[in-house]
Amino acid sequence: MVTQESRTARIGRLERPALTGVLVREVVNFSSYWRSTTFSSTVEPTIYLIAFGFGFGSLVSTIGGYDYVDFVGTGTVATAVLFSSAFPAMFGTFVKYQFQRTYDAILAAPVDTEELVTAEALWIATRAGVYGCVPMLVAIAFGLDPAWGMLLVPLIGWIAGFGWANFGISIAGYSKSFENFNYVISAVLTPLFLLAGSFFPLDGFPEWAQVLAQLNPLYQCVQLIRAAVFGNLGWDDLFRVGVLVAFGLVVWRIAIRAMTKKLID
Amino acid sequence: MQPELAIRLRGVVKRYGPITAVDGLDLEVPMGTCVGLLGPNGAGKSTTMRLLTAQSIADDGELEVLGYALPGESKQARARCGVVPQLDNLDTTLTVAQNLLVFTHLYRVPRDERRDAIERALELAKLGDRRDDRVDKLSGGMRRRLLIARALVHRPQLVLLDEPTVGLDPQVRQELWALIDALRSEGTTLLMSTHYIEEAERLADSVLIMSHGTAVAAGPPAELVLEHAGKEALEVYGGPARLAEVEAEAVSAGLRTRRTGTSVSVLGIDGRNGSLFEGERRPANLEDVFVLLTGEEIA
Repeated sequence: MVTQESRTARIGRLERPALTGVLVREVVNFSSYWRSTTFSSTVEPTIYLIAFGFGFGSLVSTIGGYDYVDFVGTGTVATAVLFSSAFPAMFGTFVKYQFQRTYDAILAAPVDTEELVTAEALWIATRAGVYGCVPMLVAIAFGLDPAWGMLLVPLIGWIAGFGWANFGISIAGYSKSFENFNYVISAVLTPLFLLAGSFFPLDGFPEWAQVLAQLNPLYQCVQLIRAAVFGNLGWDDLFRVGVLVAFGLVVWRIAIRAMTKKLID
Repeated sequence: MQPELAIRLRGVVKRYGPITAVDGLDLEVPMGTCVGLLGPNGAGKSTTMRLLTAQSIADDGELEVLGYALPGESKQARARCGVVPQLDNLDTTLTVAQNLLVFTHLYRVPRDERRDAIERALELAKLGDRRDDRVDKLSGGMRRRLLIARALVHRPQLVLLDEPTVGLDPQVRQELWALIDALRSEGTTLLMSTHYIEEAERLADSVLIMSHGTAVAAGPPAELVLEHAGKEALEVYGGPARLAEVEAEAVSAGLRTRRTGTSVSVLGIDGRNGSLFEGERRPANLEDVFVLLTGEEIA
């Protein structure tokens, strides 16, 4: 029997049970594929560190006063955050929508698109925060000195990951097919990735590129992580956090809009 | 306070660009009954199902599910509905029990009731001994049973089944019919879309026949048959020329006919003793009504 109270009780937006429901699905699914994900996110930065470390490391020993391994080790954290958020968000969202039709099942339950997108982004952000730390741990094995500031890295990775996750969901939402992803990867992600200062400093770039980099969330993420790990956080890092938070909030709303358009007709 | 109607649609219209998928549909599903939504492909059945979960938003008309107005209060309605989709969307890399667990969360089953809810669903789907098997190891019939059981973990008041047995063997279909019939006898309200006439005839208390997005007839199957096709039909076999001849003669005698591919069915021959043509007498059925009302040509 439906009582009068529960009948009139208004079900609101962004409800916890709805978010939890979507998150539980992701967590349970993660139990079936965590091995391969963990493997690739550990092996990849290790290869980067070895290749760049030995490759460039033999030419340059220090950059901006840091050992090259330390420089790349911290730079790859942001790369790992990007790779473990934007890409799973793009491909995962598309697969769940188009092929597995998971979202049809979820939206038939008491879950709205806003909750679905938010929960998916929260989950991907959390994964990105955790996996973002892996290159740092690998770099420690290669000689990076442990520091208390490293404890901030998962949080920074989480904030940046939330933005990149929503970015990926938005792309999937506005794409009609997988092929569209190529444009985004080549024209958006690759330039952002190279204009982030992960593997080399941007000092040699023309001034306009350096100004543009200030708007690149990935660049701000790299700078924040280095400041946290090398223990020189300052007031300008608040600005960097602000950029990441603003990026996250804007793409979050865009992702909700994109998916609503795709899922509800 | 329980509404008398689980579903009430009035003049519902849904357009996709130039196509009007649902065109002024009225539909009523009384509590505790099973209503079959019958119609050829493209009649608007699946769109109607999507409208009921607010995955499609109607352009016009009134929609109420379990007393909640859609789309505004759809979430409340969805919390009390179970949905069995036409396309299998189980998580195939998860086990049977994990799939059910996820849905106890999505449908907000209280923590202390989750375990029982999963057990009940496993029993219903007769998958107790497969609970720890991955879904991609199950047969098509088992997956369908799981899909139905998954929709029932929260004891919904209303279950929406979209083509529940499409593409399955006759054996599996019968198995699912037994499962759906069991739900019906427990008093669960069901709305089932199908284009299998036998399915509607066996399971539905009442049937709504859809064509081109609107209802062309509604009522209990037996009444619809009597009203539109009479008691008996005569099945006349022969070559194409002979069939055309029979059709023309029957129509001139004021009788309705329909083609079945290999024969012509002359409908409503109830009162007549002398046989007009050589053929087999048989009881009129819902298929006769379906073809009469939705047309012989496939759109």
